[in-house]
Amino acid sequence: MLTILFDGVAYGMLLFILAVGLCVTLGLMNFINLAHGAFAMAGGYLTITLMQRAGVPFLLCLPAAFIFSAFLGLILERTLYRHLYDKTHLDQVLFSIGLVFMAMAMVDYAYGANQQIVDLPSYLTGRLNFLGASIGVYRLFVIVICGLLALGLQLILTRTRFGSRLRAAVDDGRVARGMGIDVTSIFAVTFAVGSGLAGLGGALGTGIISFDPTFPLKYMIYFLIVISVGGTTTITGPFLASILLGVADVLGKYYVPAVGGFIIYTIMVLVLILRPQGLFARGPAR
Amino acid sequence: MTDQTISTKPSPEAIAARSVLLGRARWGWPEIAFWAIAVALYFLMPTKLMLLSEIAILGLLALSIDLVLGFAGIVTLGQGAFFGIGAYTAGLLARYGMGEAPWSDPLLGLLISGGVAAALGFVTSFLVLRGSDLTRLMVTLGVALIVEELVNQMKWLTGGSDGLQGVMPSAVMGVWEFDLYGKTAYVYSLTVLFVLFVIARRIVKSPFGLSLLAIKGNPLRTRAIGMPVNGRLVLIYTIAAFYAGVAGGLVAQTTQFASPDYVAFHRSADALLMLVFGGAGHLYGGLIGSVIFRVMQDVLGNITPQYWQFWLGMMLVLLVLFIRGGIIGLLMKMRGRIMRNRGPSA
Repeated sequence: MLTILFDGVAYGMLLFILAVGLCVTLGLMNFINLAHGAFAMAGGYLTITLMQRAGVPFLLCLPAAFIFSAFLGLILERTLYRHLYDKTHLDQVLFSIGLVFMAMAMVDYAYGANQQIVDLPSYLTGRLNFLGASIGVYRLFVIVICGLLALGLQLILTRTRFGSRLRAAVDDGRVARGMGIDVTSIFAVTFAVGSGLAGLGGALGTGIISFDPTFPLKYMIYFLIVISVGGTTTITGPFLASILLGVADVLGKYYVPAVGGFIIYTIMVLVLILRPQGLFARGPAR
Repeated sequence: MTDQTISTKPSPEAIAARSVLLGRARWGWPEIAFWAIAVALYFLMPTKLMLLSEIAILGLLALSIDLVLGFAGIVTLGQGAFFGIGAYTAGLLARYGMGEAPWSDPLLGLLISGGVAAALGFVTSFLVLRGSDLTRLMVTLGVALIVEELVNQMKWLTGGSDGLQGVMPSAVMGVWEFDLYGKTAYVYSLTVLFVLFVIARRIVKSPFGLSLLAIKGNPLRTRAIGMPVNGRLVLIYTIAAFYAGVAGGLVAQTTQFASPDYVAFHRSADALLMLVFGGAGHLYGGLIGSVIFRVMQDVLGNITPQYWQFWLGMMLVLLVLFIRGGIIGLLMKMRGRIMRNRGPSA
């Protein structure tokens, strides 16, 4: 029981790192980016390539995945995404689905449709016994890293100048702009960091979830659930939502596999109807 | 009191409104040409009838999305749910009907498929009344996911991921059997499409259709002038679900198969893409879009079978960035330019 709970928390932490960038960009620019999973996939496949073909150690792959995805995000934001901020939501959805399709076909072309598995270094594969529960070292590693990242993000958001500018821009972009805050470049930076975190999440995820070209579509649903339950105005909301989702998903798959994703989707729809602004959000959604 | 007799004569305003509505509803020659070509294709391409039938069905699905998106402005990613429900309903009826009237009768099957889908549409329509585009997107997607999950889990009924085998609809109207070449399939699908299209055309050109456009333009103001916004949205969403259900029923009957693939996310997404390719809000957008989509899939898919998705994505990105309003939008813009050029000289 404790083991499953632990796995669930690790999974939820991973989901948080994958989805947090999307939450912030959605709250900031009101931009529906369904292609967020493609950045995570980029990070995951970069790790797989580096480790399998170039023999790069796993720990080095993590920052590499972050930088690669962040760079990719920055380029795409500057060249393509920025043309879409003032377009309708439908256009944004279509555009990002188009990107997802392209990314999926490219990965399929380069790596084939098979699931990719990574050989984790031996110091991350064992199991520990803690209070009678058997805990995977790798899951512990994921929890520690993601926990530190979440803490770091929260500190940046609440304690730094950039953080206050970002919060101001999320709360009311127009007024923030009027106060002389450069919302456009804040957004570019946030978008890049968000994509980078997704890439890092993808790299970390190679040890827990299997990668194949349909990844962006499969996990798009999870990201959307995190957003809908957590809201887009804080970081703690998506964080709690991710943990809940991770635990619920792992518990559900373990105890009632026949029900599958049914419970999660139903909860998502219910939350959307009862609290459109998210479970943990303050104030109504804009 | 004598001068207050009720006049049976319509007021001048009513006559004007009536002529406006009738003018909107007139059939133009491009429309007639479109349907004439669709009929002519039966004789011109006798080897491609199954493909043509599939195009007609996809066109019907895209048309159902046009009703909610193009006219009422509801962004949906879940029309596949109704399509799939329709497909399974018709498939199950044809399978367990054992070729006996009336249960395996195709037309009755279509009606029931549409009805079941409409019932689901009616129930879920209340979920899309509230919220922003994003909420609607996720709710419609969530409903489709739940339906997909149900289809996958109820193996005893649906055959699970293997799909529903042994779908044997009896002959259409007791005369035309479904054949391998798709002759019956195409005529049948095209006829159903045409009938439903005419009804849809009637709906959107009516005052009810106009009120939907008003809701799409600005729901708050429409409510303020006394329009029952929610009721209208529930109604059109239910009608659109009926259309999608019939499309699903058609696909199950003509291909004699139903699979969870029909409910999957990409089904809803593809249909949405077809509509956007053609241009939403004109009724013909989905039909033209489905033709182009399917033909391109055939051509590009023959060159690089797996990677057709790449070109699809590319086209989507280009479409959003450069060609707003799809093909019909492009054509209308061109026509507008020609009219303007001709205007001053005449």
